[in-house]
Amino acid sequence: MALHRVKIFSLFERFWHWSQMLLIVLLLITGFGLHGFHDLFSFEDAVTLHTGAALTLLVLWAFGTFWLFTTRSWRHFIPTVHGMWGVLRYYSLGIFKGERHPYRKAYWRKHNPLQALAYTMLKLVLFPAIWITGLIYLFYFAWRDLPDATAYLTGVALIHTAAAFAILAFVFIHVYMLTTGHSFRDHVMPMITGFDEVDLTPEEEAYLRKDQPEDIR
Amino acid sequence: MPAPRRTPWAERPFPGAAGGHPWQRCSPLWRGAWIAMLLWLPLVAAADAGSWPTPPASEEAPPQVSGPLQGGTADHTKFEELAGPFADGSEVTQACLGCHTETGKHFMQNIHWTWSFEDPNTGQQLGKKYLINNFCTNARGNEGMCTQCHAGYGWKDESFDFTDETKIDCLVCHETTGTYYKTPNSAGSPACSVMFEGKPPIDLAAAAQSVDLPQRANCGACHFMGGGGDNVKHGDLSSALKAPPRTLDVHMGVDGLNFACTACHVTNKHVWAGSRYNVVAKDTEGTGLPGQRTDVATCESCHGLAPHPVDSLAGFKLNDHVQSIACQTCHIPAFARGGVATVVDWDWRTAGRTRDGEGFHEEGYIQGNGEHRYTYKSIKGHFTYDEDIVPEYAWFDGQMVYTTIDTEFDPDAAVIEINGFTGSREDGRSRIWPFKRMHTWQPYDKGHGTLVYTHLWGEDDAAYWGNYDMAAAIEKGMADFGLDYSGEYGFIETLSWWPITHMVAPKAQALGCGDCHTPSNSRLASVAGIYLPGRDRNPWLDGIGTILVFGTLAGILIHALVRIFSKPKEAQH
Repeated sequence: MALHRVKIFSLFERFWHWSQMLLIVLLLITGFGLHGFHDLFSFEDAVTLHTGAALTLLVLWAFGTFWLFTTRSWRHFIPTVHGMWGVLRYYSLGIFKGERHPYRKAYWRKHNPLQALAYTMLKLVLFPAIWITGLIYLFYFAWRDLPDATAYLTGVALIHTAAAFAILAFVFIHVYMLTTGHSFRDHVMPMITGFDEVDLTPEEEAYLRKDQPEDIR
Repeated sequence: MPAPRRTPWAERPFPGAAGGHPWQRCSPLWRGAWIAMLLWLPLVAAADAGSWPTPPASEEAPPQVSGPLQGGTADHTKFEELAGPFADGSEVTQACLGCHTETGKHFMQNIHWTWSFEDPNTGQQLGKKYLINNFCTNARGNEGMCTQCHAGYGWKDESFDFTDETKIDCLVCHETTGTYYKTPNSAGSPACSVMFEGKPPIDLAAAAQSVDLPQRANCGACHFMGGGGDNVKHGDLSSALKAPPRTLDVHMGVDGLNFACTACHVTNKHVWAGSRYNVVAKDTEGTGLPGQRTDVATCESCHGLAPHPVDSLAGFKLNDHVQSIACQTCHIPAFARGGVATVVDWDWRTAGRTRDGEGFHEEGYIQGNGEHRYTYKSIKGHFTYDEDIVPEYAWFDGQMVYTTIDTEFDPDAAVIEINGFTGSREDGRSRIWPFKRMHTWQPYDKGHGTLVYTHLWGEDDAAYWGNYDMAAAIEKGMADFGLDYSGEYGFIETLSWWPITHMVAPKAQALGCGDCHTPSNSRLASVAGIYLPGRDRNPWLDGIGTILVFGTLAGILIHALVRIFSKPKEAQH
């Protein structure tokens, strides 16, 4: 096992991440504006931007999901308890003592256990909660004549807003995490260049050097 | 009067035809697909061109359907019959009826003549002939004065012959010289009749020769003056509409479309569409094919059911709003515009004050056009005026329920609605409408808990106007119609509601989304039964969510501070 600089984020994955980031920021700003928390946009502009960004994000997610399964990258997100304790101990104790982050990226496990769990929950709970309720909300005109439509809309809006608060909290933690361990720049660059330090087995290294030499430096 | 709807020639020639743009006939799902397309694709014409149904065969040919009348075919100045001289208006009418042989029969069906309307849904007997309002309170018993606005001649008491077509007043609606006027049909108290003295004589022949389709000033002679003065009653019908700029009313504007009232209040055999007694709160039919829909005065009958161009998401959402928001709600941002104020509060309790035994009046309000308005009259009490008024908003299904002379209520009730109305989000027939709210303190029968007929106009000693004795005026007002009166009157607060539908502003002045979808000062702040994004929130969720977000930030801050102060310098990367 040895550390190498290996391309772990493909061009599509980086495009996905950064366009998703922009769309989510836009959605959070316009969404909380629609909710009445600020007046940066007129309601009309906010609705147009929010809806446009949401539908664009859904298309992006459709491609992203397709990519996850066709490239088998979804396996990076399988939750595991292996190494979880070390990571939790690091963030709550070790980090204050100047210890080194206990996790080493592996070629088929590029997220630490806490990250994997957080991203999985985001993808399987928070994102579905917000996009499913968002679509129901958007298509209100199609079901508005059902009995008690107003009560259902109230519930849909409640879940949608609750998910938005949770996602906003996630965003703050996500960005803060970039400042831990290495420098902020060291955390951001892999998502720009695609390359990060990865602990490779000799077999993985041999494979990469032979079949994908451009992905290892 | 029977409801003026669905007369044979107004019937759709093709009963199966669903009117309107193909868009309106799309299923919700198909419409749903549009929302996605709108954002990325240029708008393409709906492929569903529809198909015109073949007219069904019928054994007997229905009357041919003509388009709306435009222009004229006769010059009335050339008719010998109208050369005069005429002794009175009735003689003019007889000349008119000489050629317009069926018009008398038609006209006598309409509410301008009958002042009577039986609500087809509630069975209530409505009409000016019977109702009590919260302005001058009642025409009944005061016909001598009030029937100045009856489209006829000579109605001063119960003896008026409603079958005599020579008593129809054609001129008030059709003459265009502007010199025609009417005076009370009875003398009234000398204290009041003085108001009508010294008017110039009317040249009836000139008036007769000037006839044309009714102009705004014709209708306005009464409808702008309802309640006893300019714009007193409706709020959206004032003399400012005689020659309005299009900024005041985009349809009637003289610098725009210059619509007469009858452009929308379409007429069929002298029966008009668009009565306040029978409101179409939600038109689900939209525009008609040629020859159809001469029965309504709704916005949709011209603008269709999807009136906003679907060139943006906002346009799509606006058309969706048509389901629940009356056009008037957004497109009439304020009423009593154009410089003429309306009365919003009337206090009969202060009526009857005199100076040296004489009635008097005081001016206390200068309206937008510079005119002074009376804020007190001995004969009526105190008035409060307002202009550029933001309406009240409420769900309205078109059905008013009136407090009539027969309606009994709790004598200790705080407020009585003269015309309460119904409607809700759930009934499928209602939309959110704008209203003028009229508040009045007016006399009522304290013993029985009913409204009263007050005898205001007359030559006798009981007529309130001239004698200022409310007890005697109510006593006689009730006795004249055989009504039971306890003998004890008081004053009660009443409300009346006036759907606002005129003074439609140009679209640039229409309300924006944020006028309602906002947490503070929402136009629809008081409208219940809906979840209104931007206005509505769950305070618990917002509280917990805010705590979560700021708690997260606080946690991050603490974590970062502990890192900064605890980390050994040498260990930093």
